[in-house]
Amino acid sequence: MSATGASDAALPPPPARRRLPRALTNPSVIVGLVVLGIVLVAALAAPLLWTVDPTFLRPRFRLRPPSDVAWLGTDQFGRDVYSRVIYGAQISLFVGFAVATIAVIIGTLIGVVAGYFRMLDMIVMRVMDGIMAIPAILLAIAMVTLSGAGIVTVIVAIVIPEIPRVARLVRSVVLTVREEPYVEAAIGVGTPLPKVLWRHVLPNTIAPLIVQATYICGAAILTEAILSFLGAGIPTETPSWGNIMAEGRQSFQIAPWVILFPGLCVAATVLAINIMGDGLRDTLDPRLARRLGNVG
Amino acid sequence: MGRFLAGRILATIPVLVVVATVVFLLLRLAPGDPAAILAGDAASPEQIAAIRARLGLDEPPLTQFLEWIGRLLRGDLGTSIISNQPVTKLIGERIEPTLALATTTILFAIAVAVPLGVVAAWRHGSWIDRAVMAFSVIGFSIPIFVLGYLLIFGFAMELRWLPVQGYTSIREGFLPFITRLVLPTLTLSVIYIALIARITRASVLETLGEDYVRTARAKGVGERSVLSRHALRNAAVPIVSVIGIGIALLISGVVVTESVFNLPGLGRLTVDAVLARDYPVIQGVTLLFAFLYVLINLGIDVAYTLLDPRIRY
Repeated sequence: MSATGASDAALPPPPARRRLPRALTNPSVIVGLVVLGIVLVAALAAPLLWTVDPTFLRPRFRLRPPSDVAWLGTDQFGRDVYSRVIYGAQISLFVGFAVATIAVIIGTLIGVVAGYFRMLDMIVMRVMDGIMAIPAILLAIAMVTLSGAGIVTVIVAIVIPEIPRVARLVRSVVLTVREEPYVEAAIGVGTPLPKVLWRHVLPNTIAPLIVQATYICGAAILTEAILSFLGAGIPTETPSWGNIMAEGRQSFQIAPWVILFPGLCVAATVLAINIMGDGLRDTLDPRLARRLGNVG
Repeated sequence: MGRFLAGRILATIPVLVVVATVVFLLLRLAPGDPAAILAGDAASPEQIAAIRARLGLDEPPLTQFLEWIGRLLRGDLGTSIISNQPVTKLIGERIEPTLALATTTILFAIAVAVPLGVVAAWRHGSWIDRAVMAFSVIGFSIPIFVLGYLLIFGFAMELRWLPVQGYTSIREGFLPFITRLVLPTLTLSVIYIALIARITRASVLETLGEDYVRTARAKGVGERSVLSRHALRNAAVPIVSVIGIGIALLISGVVVTESVFNLPGLGRLTVDAVLARDYPVIQGVTLLFAFLYVLINLGIDVAYTLLDPRIRY
């Protein structure tokens, strides 16, 4: 403990730290976490869950409906849809978590800079407005077309349109917090700027950022599915949920299960994440929740 | 107010410049050699060089940028690598189905979402409120193409009520035109309805708590009139803004919906261009949609400045 420990103890704990335990008792958060946990365990334990090689071709068993042998049927190349869906969860969750993490980090940096350095604010926020005006799917399609299909390209392509949303959020928090007496006091006693930002400004962004990150994660999983479905996503050899559905398109009228089951998985996973996001918003970000009429 | 409007209109210019610059930089900052990727795996060095020249990548960056802006100001969106047609001409040929689908979707979504949101706010906490909220969470979670296929499966294949796919121009009769748009409109509307209903509910809920609503009720104004004249009218600004912001969702959705239902619109044009690696077409459509989005939102802002007597500058 440093010498400042005593004075720290007298301050109220940062809002996020106080509200996080309460958020974990919110029924929506619990439901979302449980479903997400099941998907995560399935993704990580894929080889143990009675799956076969998701890329193994069995031309003689093409387009079989769900049965004891192939629980969710087979696709047009005779690959086992159940195994592909389970392995596909790995890709979808990875894309979701990666996009949320990267977008939050970059967006926070930009938001803090814009909120704290007034001279840059105008320029930075106009650039953010411009990026937000470009339809996300089209921006991503253009990037993937130029750089070739690949998971890194897809992640970057989904991250870029999300950055302005995070930056705007962080900027608005910074603008409010910098007027607070304790921040003015900290600056007044000569606390260096990086420390002010780290100790006083950033903790206030944590609660809204957790909420925002949850929504970004859900949206990223949806966008990956859409990009792969349109043929501008992850390389077709990789069994992502979007790719499985893209390959099920031609045979949809005779073998709807190839699209239906991965579709249900995307919907259930994203729904769980969004429900969790709503629960987190209601407990962590009461101001936003009240504006949306969810609390009180 | 004239000054405000002029300021608001002028403020869109930097946004449009940023949009044009970002789209310009996409091609120039792409890692690796975009010309080689666009040319495909089997391309010879000559073919790659030809594509590089076509895209103007041989010029110094500043010259490229000035030419790019100059062409945009003249309304030139470039030329397709595959068909050698101007992109504006390709867009002109394909814009009708997209406009038709967007129009029916916007009208349908507003007609459904606003009443749903109002009723949900009016009966706050009831089953209908919960149903609307559940619908709006689910609407944001289902991939739009899965919904499209489910609707095709149910209404076109099982019940055989509606055609599976395709487009008929309105010039060939209203009925064939509209029956082919029913399922795409339903598909595309869901996420838009989810968004509008949610905001309508939230802002009406807020106005229902205002003193003037209590006064209106106290002096015996009927509930219907309280909701429409007092609550909804005062809640209109956020609802109208979100209808404008939601156009972004609509644009992304159009690309997907057109692919599912085989509508020969701008979305299909883009997806076909992805498969053919026809970058100028993707770039042109992206720019067009981004500009439309900015201008529509400008229009909406200006409209409610003129219409809402409370907004005065």
